[in-house]
Amino acid sequence: MSQGFTSQMARNIFYGGTAFFVLLFAALILHTETKIPERSKAGDLTPAVVRGKHLWETRNCIGCHTLLGEGAYFAPELGNVYQRRGPDFIKAWIKAQPTHAPGRRQMPQFNFTEAQLDDLVEFLKWTNGVNTEKWPPNIEG
Amino acid sequence: MPNATLKYSSQAVAKLYFIAALGLFTGQIIFGLTLGLQYVIGDLFFPLIPFNIARMVHTNLLIVWLLFGFMGAAYYMIPEESETELYSPLLAKVLFWVFLVAGALTILGYLLVPYATLAEMTGNDLLATMGREFLEQPLPTKLGIVVVALGFLFNISMTVLKGRKTSVSLVLLMGLWGLALMFLFSFVNPSNLVRDKMYWWFVVHLWVEGTWELIMGAMLAFVLVKTTGVDREVIDKWLYVIITLALVTGILGTGHHFYFIGLPGYWQWVGSVFSALEPIPFFAMTMFAFNMVQRRRREHPNQAAVLWAVGTAVIGFLGAGLWGFIHTLSPVNYYTHGSQVTAAHGHLAFYGAYVLVVIAMISYAMPMLRGRQANPRRAQSVEMWSFWVMSVSMGVMVLALTGAGVLQIWLQRMPTTGAMSFMATQDQLVFFYWIRVAGGVGFLLGLLMYLSSFFVGAASHEQTDTAANMRVRQV
Repeated sequence: MSQGFTSQMARNIFYGGTAFFVLLFAALILHTETKIPERSKAGDLTPAVVRGKHLWETRNCIGCHTLLGEGAYFAPELGNVYQRRGPDFIKAWIKAQPTHAPGRRQMPQFNFTEAQLDDLVEFLKWTNGVNTEKWPPNIEG
Repeated sequence: MPNATLKYSSQAVAKLYFIAALGLFTGQIIFGLTLGLQYVIGDLFFPLIPFNIARMVHTNLLIVWLLFGFMGAAYYMIPEESETELYSPLLAKVLFWVFLVAGALTILGYLLVPYATLAEMTGNDLLATMGREFLEQPLPTKLGIVVVALGFLFNISMTVLKGRKTSVSLVLLMGLWGLALMFLFSFVNPSNLVRDKMYWWFVVHLWVEGTWELIMGAMLAFVLVKTTGVDREVIDKWLYVIITLALVTGILGTGHHFYFIGLPGYWQWVGSVFSALEPIPFFAMTMFAFNMVQRRRREHPNQAAVLWAVGTAVIGFLGAGLWGFIHTLSPVNYYTHGSQVTAAHGHLAFYGAYVLVVIAMISYAMPMLRGRQANPRRAQSVEMWSFWVMSVSMGVMVLALTGAGVLQIWLQRMPTTGAMSFMATQDQLVFFYWIRVAGGVGFLLGLLMYLSSFFVGAASHEQTDTAANMRVRQV
C-alpha cells in the first residue's frame, strides 16, 4: 500500500462501505419480506402447521435431519418427505421408532398422540409446498 | 500476588476465561469424536446419548468456548490498548461465574432431561426459541447470554472510554457489540418457517461471516503488534482494509444461504456474486500476517504465538475462503446444499478462523498471565507440535468429509432417475467416515498435547535464557 493511503482513509472507507451495504441489505430484506407470503403459501399456514412446527422444534428434529437443506446431515432431508413418502408412511415410521436394528442409526420414540402426528404431517406438507427454486434436485432430497 | 509481567493487573481476569475456554474445548472434541463414531456405528450410546443431543452439545460447546475466548481476549487486550485498568475487574469475575454456571447447567440439561421436557420446563411455550440449529439453548440461557454480554460490553466500553482509543480496541468493540446485537435475532422465531430461516441466518451468518471477523481481525492485529513490533499505522491500515472487505462481501454474502429456503430467486445472483468475493478478506488476512512477520522489528521470545497467528491466517483462508468458495455459487450449491461438503467447510472454517485465533491469543497472553514473557523453549516446542498435529488431523477430517460429500452428491443428488436414497448413500460413505474418525482421534491427541504444554518446564540449560527473556522490553 502506498504512502498516500493512510489508516484514516482506510477507516473512513470502512464506515462508508459498511453503512452502504447494511442499508442495501436492509432494503433487500424488506423487499423479500413482501414476497415471502406468496412464495411460502402463507395462506395455507393453518394452526395445525404452527403446532407441527412447534413439535418439530421441541423434539430437536434438526439435530439429525435437514429441512430445506439446513440442519444435521445424519438423517434424511424432510423438506420433501411428504411427497417422497406420503402422510401415512410418515406417521407409521415415527410410531415404529426406534428400529433397534444392530449397528444402524436410531431415531428416538417420541410417544406422539394421533393429533400430534397429524400436526407434524401438516407441517411437513406445508413445508413441501414452499417455493424452493426447484431444490432438491431429485426426490431423494 | 502481583504479576510484574502484566502492564495492568486487571488483565489477570483473562486467565479464568482462557482456562474455561480450553476446558470446554476439550469437551467439544470428546463429543465430536462421539458423533464421528455414531456416523459409523449408528446405535452407539443410543438411547442414552442420541446423535441430536451429542451434536447439540458439540456445537453449543464450540460457541460457548469461543465466546469465553473472545471475552478473555477482550479483558486482556482492552486495558493494554486503553492504557488503563479495567473498569471493573469484579464485574468481569462475577460474569465469568454466571456464564460458566449457566453454560454448565444448559449442557447438563441437554444430557439429562428429554429436550421436549426441557423446553416445557424453561418457558419455551411462552416464547418459542428452541429447537433451531445452534440456537437450541433454553430461554433462560438465552436471556443469561444477553445479560452477560451487556455486562461485559459495559465493562470494556467504559474502559475504552476512559482510556486511549486505538483502532484495535475500536474494531474489537464494534465486533463485540455487533455480536451481541445480532444475537437478539435468536428471539425472533416466526411461525412461517421461511421467515424463521431468514432471520436465523441473521445470527448465524452475520456472526461468523460478519461481526466475528472484526473480532478475529482485532485479535490477530493485537498479537501481531505485540510479537512483531511493526508500526501501528501500518497494522491499523491493514486491519481497516481487511474488515472493510469482510463486511462489504459478507453482508450481502448472506444471500448464499437464501438460495433454496423459499426466498426470491434474485438472492442466487446477490449471494453468488458477493460470497464469491468472501475469500478476499481472508486472503488479505494471510498477506497481512506474512507481511508483518517479514517486516518484524523484534524477535519475540514467544515464537509459538507467532505460529498460531500465521496458522489462523492461512487455515482461515483455506477453510472459510477456499472451502467456502467451492460450494458457494448457486448452480454448485444446488447439488452440495446440506451435504457432507457443507460439514467439511464448517469444520475447517471454524478451526482456521476462530479456534486458531483464540489459541493464538491464549498462546500469547497465557505466559504473561503466568508471570513470564514466553514459555520455556521445550514447552513452546510441544505447543508448536500440537499445532501441526491438530491442523494435519483437521486436514484429514476435512478431506474425508469432502470425499464423502462428493460421493454423496454423485450418488444421491446428480442422477435424475434412479438416484440412491439418503440412507443407502450413507452406507457407501463408510470408508470416508472411518477416515474422519481417525482424523478426530488425531485431533484429540493434538489437543491433549497442547494442554500438556502448559505443564512443561524449562530444561536446566534454559534457565539463563528465560531470565534473558524476562528483560525483553514490551512494545
